Parts: sequence; structure tokens; C-alpha cells
Amino acid sequence: MQSSRILPAALLALAALAACHKKPEVAPTPAPAPIDSTAIKQHIADSLAMVAKARADSLARAAAEKAREDSIAAAAAQAKMRAALTAMIHFDFNKSDLRPEDQAILDAKIPILLANPGLTLRIAGNTDERGSTEYNLALGQRRAATAKRYLTDHGVADSRLETVSNGEEKPLCTEQEESCWSQNRRDEFTVTGGDTGMLKGSGN
Amino acid sequence: MTKARFALAGALLALAVPLAAQDTTAQGVHITLQYNVGTRPGVVVLPVAGAGGDSIQTILQRDLDYGDRVNVIAIPDSMAAAVRGGLDSTGKVRTMGYAVFKTLGAAAVIQATNTSRGLHVALHDVARGQVIDVNEFPLPPDSLSRGWRMAVHRVSDEVERWVTGVRGIAATRIAYVRNHAVRIVDSDGADDLTIPMAGAGMSPAWSPDARMIAYSTFGEGSRIVVYTLATGQSRSFGERRNTNVSTPVFSPDGSAIVYTLAGENGSDLFSAPVGGGPAARLTAGGGTDNSTPAFSPDGRRIAFTSGRAGPPEIYIMDADGTNVSMFTDYAFSTRNYRSNPDWSPDGLSLAYQAYQPDSSGVFQIFTMSLRDRTPHQLTSDGENEDPSWAPDARHLVFTSTRSGTKQLWVIDSQSGRLRQLTHGAAMSRLGAWSPRLAP
Repeated sequence: MQSSRILPAALLALAALAACHKKPEVAPTPAPAPIDSTAIKQHIADSLAMVAKARADSLARAAAEKAREDSIAAAAAQAKMRAALTAMIHFDFNKSDLRPEDQAILDAKIPILLANPGLTLRIAGNTDERGSTEYNLALGQRRAATAKRYLTDHGVADSRLETVSNGEEKPLCTEQEESCWSQNRRDEFTVTGGDTGMLKGSGN
Repeated sequence: MTKARFALAGALLALAVPLAAQDTTAQGVHITLQYNVGTRPGVVVLPVAGAGGDSIQTILQRDLDYGDRVNVIAIPDSMAAAVRGGLDSTGKVRTMGYAVFKTLGAAAVIQATNTSRGLHVALHDVARGQVIDVNEFPLPPDSLSRGWRMAVHRVSDEVERWVTGVRGIAATRIAYVRNHAVRIVDSDGADDLTIPMAGAGMSPAWSPDARMIAYSTFGEGSRIVVYTLATGQSRSFGERRNTNVSTPVFSPDGSAIVYTLAGENGSDLFSAPVGGGPAARLTAGGGTDNSTPAFSPDGRRIAFTSGRAGPPEIYIMDADGTNVSMFTDYAFSTRNYRSNPDWSPDGLSLAYQAYQPDSSGVFQIFTMSLRDRTPHQLTSDGENEDPSWAPDARHLVFTSTRSGTKQLWVIDSQSGRLRQLTHGAAMSRLGAWSPRLAP
């Protein structure tokens, strides 16, 4: 079938050549191209692989994005816990009693401390610049002890809480007015260990 | 003439015994300077002959001035020739030369010559027209060194005793705190130095022999540190978890250090042997604060600040912690704050700081006699804190804001005269006046 069709075509081509050229040449008959089914299969396979890879990449990206979001959320949760742990409490002049409005600040620390038994805190008591410089060292220690007692009364192990006094030696603010003094009459809380991957406490 | 020879013979006798053992009244040959009791005798310090003479004259004049017991009379230029005319070729006062000092209002003339054997000093009684005391004081060879200056201060203190009967306080130092380092400055403000620190320092205190300084550190690892000046060595004690220790003081016999220990339940006073060993609790504060101890000079009692009745007040107890009684009067005001007692070296009164009756929240320095317990306010300019008595039981060093930043000032509790001891941008505070320093 094929050869019978090729022949008249070849004759037509020869006639055309004869009409144009003085020395007609016989054109070589082109060899029919073999059909490569392996390449086609490969092409299909490649396309499928690309789709699969794109899908996998997309999934990985989504997973990474989710992980990143999770990690941000986790970091935010850690930061929030750390903020709760280090939130300061304040005192009235020459007093070391826990003020009712500051009780919630200590309450927020308790579930975190209880959920993370490796967590340790240093509590530093501070005073304002009024009062005797030397007597204030004792007052600062009493203020640190107030916070520690509240936390140990709520189940935090004594050994995890260290108290020190700075007296009036480390003011946050040096203006000579009550708005400044009231900031300086404080307990500072510093996390001293066990704060990697803190677990949320049940109360959080 | 007989009288003068007798006095000189007595003075020469005095040369033979060590300075510390001298007691001219016991020897019975001392002639007291003639001047009106209740007034300050005028004193002229003649130009000092020999090496470093100008410096010696300046130091003698300043020390006598700071002692507040004499009026140091400068020789006006118009009288300089007359004074020179009153001296012979060796610089000694001619018999007829006393008239010019009388004109100047001087009761005494100090004549000093720096010789190879030391500083030769003669005290002239202008009214009698004769030398009534003479002595030779060794001076270290390194002129203007710390030790040399202190030796000249000792001369000043002895001369002050010759003139007034009371030894001066120039040969003393004041320990204090700047930038949480313990520093030591001479009583005239010279030779300010810092000691090696073991932590953030507060509240220096002298041992009775002035060979050691105790201080406390605060924050983490709070402890009492005992520094020995001669060796530069420190040892520490009292460091305990959850504890702040502060305000160490030596007992007058030098055997113990009493200090404040603030722990889980208020603060109490403890006593520990200076050489080391277990501490004993002196107060039972029951959760209140008990701090800033000060021994009576006989070592039998301790004054301290306590918040046991509410506002801080000053209490006195026996040195073993018994027989506690409130010294200051709680009923005086509901917003009292009295603290930081220091017992005068004569044992007669306490200096302390207190809010003024208007409760302005500003401390002033007061003294209160143990006999009549009437408060006597010494300061009113700026805020004034942390009084510490000089060994003469008359002068006090304290912290004042009157020049802006907190600095140390010295006040004469009798005349109210003031002088600024420390200067600078950084706060200087918590001054502790040393005992008289032995050579």
C-alpha cells in the first residue's frame, strides 16, 4: 500500500524537477523514521514524575509552612510563658506584703513552674531610694522572700527558687518622684535554668 | 627664767619615753597653755625650716583648722617683716618677739624645723613668752608619700593636744563606697584609693586597730569580706543561699563581727568570731528587720535599727542580745523612720538619721544624748544620711546631697562647721571613720 502511493508521488516529483533543471537528478528516497515507543513511555513517565514531584514539593512546602507556623506559635507560647515567669510584682513603701492586685501575677507563674519541674527562678527584691540604704538591703530580701513563700505555698519546690536582695542599688528609674519610686519597689524574676521547650501548665 | 628651764627639762624628759605612752599631766611638769577657757586659742604656725617645710606648714595649719579647737592665724603680709624681726638668725623666737604674736591674737606659736633626726617642734606660750613643749617626731624620708603625710598628721594631732589638751584626729582615714567599691581617703581628703573587691561592696567598717576593714557584698553570693590592709588579703564568710548579709561591725575588743543576716523570715543580727567559726544569733526579730548594729565603746551594748514595732526605730540591747529596749520614741510620729545609729566614742550619745517631723521623706542627721534623750538636729540642707563618728566624739562624716550628687561631708557637731570630703560625678557614701592610726 505504501509503495504504490510513493511511486506516483516520485514520478510527479521527477516531472517537476525535469521542468526546472537541465540536469535533473534523482532524489534519494528518504528512509521511513522508526517509531520509538520507549521514548514516548519515558516522556509520559517523566511528566507523571514531574507532577508527582510538584505535588510532593507543594505538600512539603505546606508542611514546612505549617511547621514554621507551629514553631512560631510554639515560640510565642514559650515567650508568653517566659513573660509570665518574669513578670514583676511591686510593693508599697517600706512594706514587703504581697499586694492583692499582684497576686494574679504570681498565680500565672505557678502552673508553668508546676508543669516544668526543671525550671528554676531567681527572685531579686528591690527597694526605692528612700529609706536607709543599709536597712533597704534587708527590706529587699524580705520582698524576695514574700514572693518565694507564695510560690512554695502553692507547691513549687523550695530548691527551685533562689532569693537575693539588691536593696536600692539597682533602680529601674532615677527620678525623685513617686511614679518612679513605685517602679523601683519590686521583685524581679529571672529564669536561671530549665526553660528549653517549656510545657504549658494546665492552668494556661 | 626658772619656770622656762623647768618646762624645757620636762619636755626633754618626755622625749625619752615613747609618744603613745606620753601623758604630760601624769608627769606633772606640763604647763598648760594660757588662754580663756571656752574660746579657741589663736595659733600661729611659723614657716617650717628644712626639707619640705612649706608642705609641712600647710598640713599643720590645715589639720589644726579642721580640728575646730583652735583658730589658725595666718600671718598677714603687713606683719611678715615684724614676725621675721621677732626671730633670731636660727629662726627661733626672740624673747622680745612675742609682742607681735600678741598683736595677731595668738595664744600659741608652733615652731617646727625639719632636721635629719626628724621634725623638731616647739610650742611657744605667747602670754608667758616661753616654750612650754618641745619634741622631735620621726618622718619617713619619702617626702609627700602617704606614710610621710600621715606622720605629719600625727605631729598635728600631738600639737593639738599640747595646745588644747585633746589629741587631734588628722591621722585618721575614712572608708566609704563609690560605685560599689570600698575606698579609703585620708581625713583631709588626700590619698584616695580603692581596695581590691570581692563583689559589689557596701558598708565598710574598721577594726579597732584599724588594720582590717570588713564590708558586705549584695546580690548573688552575698557575704561578709574581711580585708587586711597590710597584706592585701581578703577572707569572707556568711555566704548562704537565699540570704543577704550586710552592715558588719567589729566589737571594740576586736574579737567578733556583728552583722545583719536577712533570710527567709526577716533579718536578725548575728555575731561571728573574727578569726572564723560559727555565728550566733543575737536578735529574735520574728520576721521583722533588725539591722545596722553599732557597739557602745565599752563593748557591752549594741544599738541597732529594728522594724519590730512598725516603722524603723533605734533600739539598744546588751551585747549578748538580752535587755532590748527602744531608744528613740515611737510615739513621736506615726510615720517615723529612724535608723543607722553610731555610738559616739565617748559613749555619751548616738548619732542617727531620721525623717524630719513633717515626714517629708528626707533624712537628716541627729544626735541624742543617752542621758536626756533629747534629739538634736545637726543638718537641714539637702538629704543627709549614714553618720559615723570621728574618734574625737565631736566630728562626724556623713553622706549629703547638698552639692547635688551624694558626697561625704564632715561636720563639727559643736560649731556646725562643715567641709566637703569627697567630690566627683559618682556618688560617695556610707563613710566609716577610722580610729586614730598608729604609726
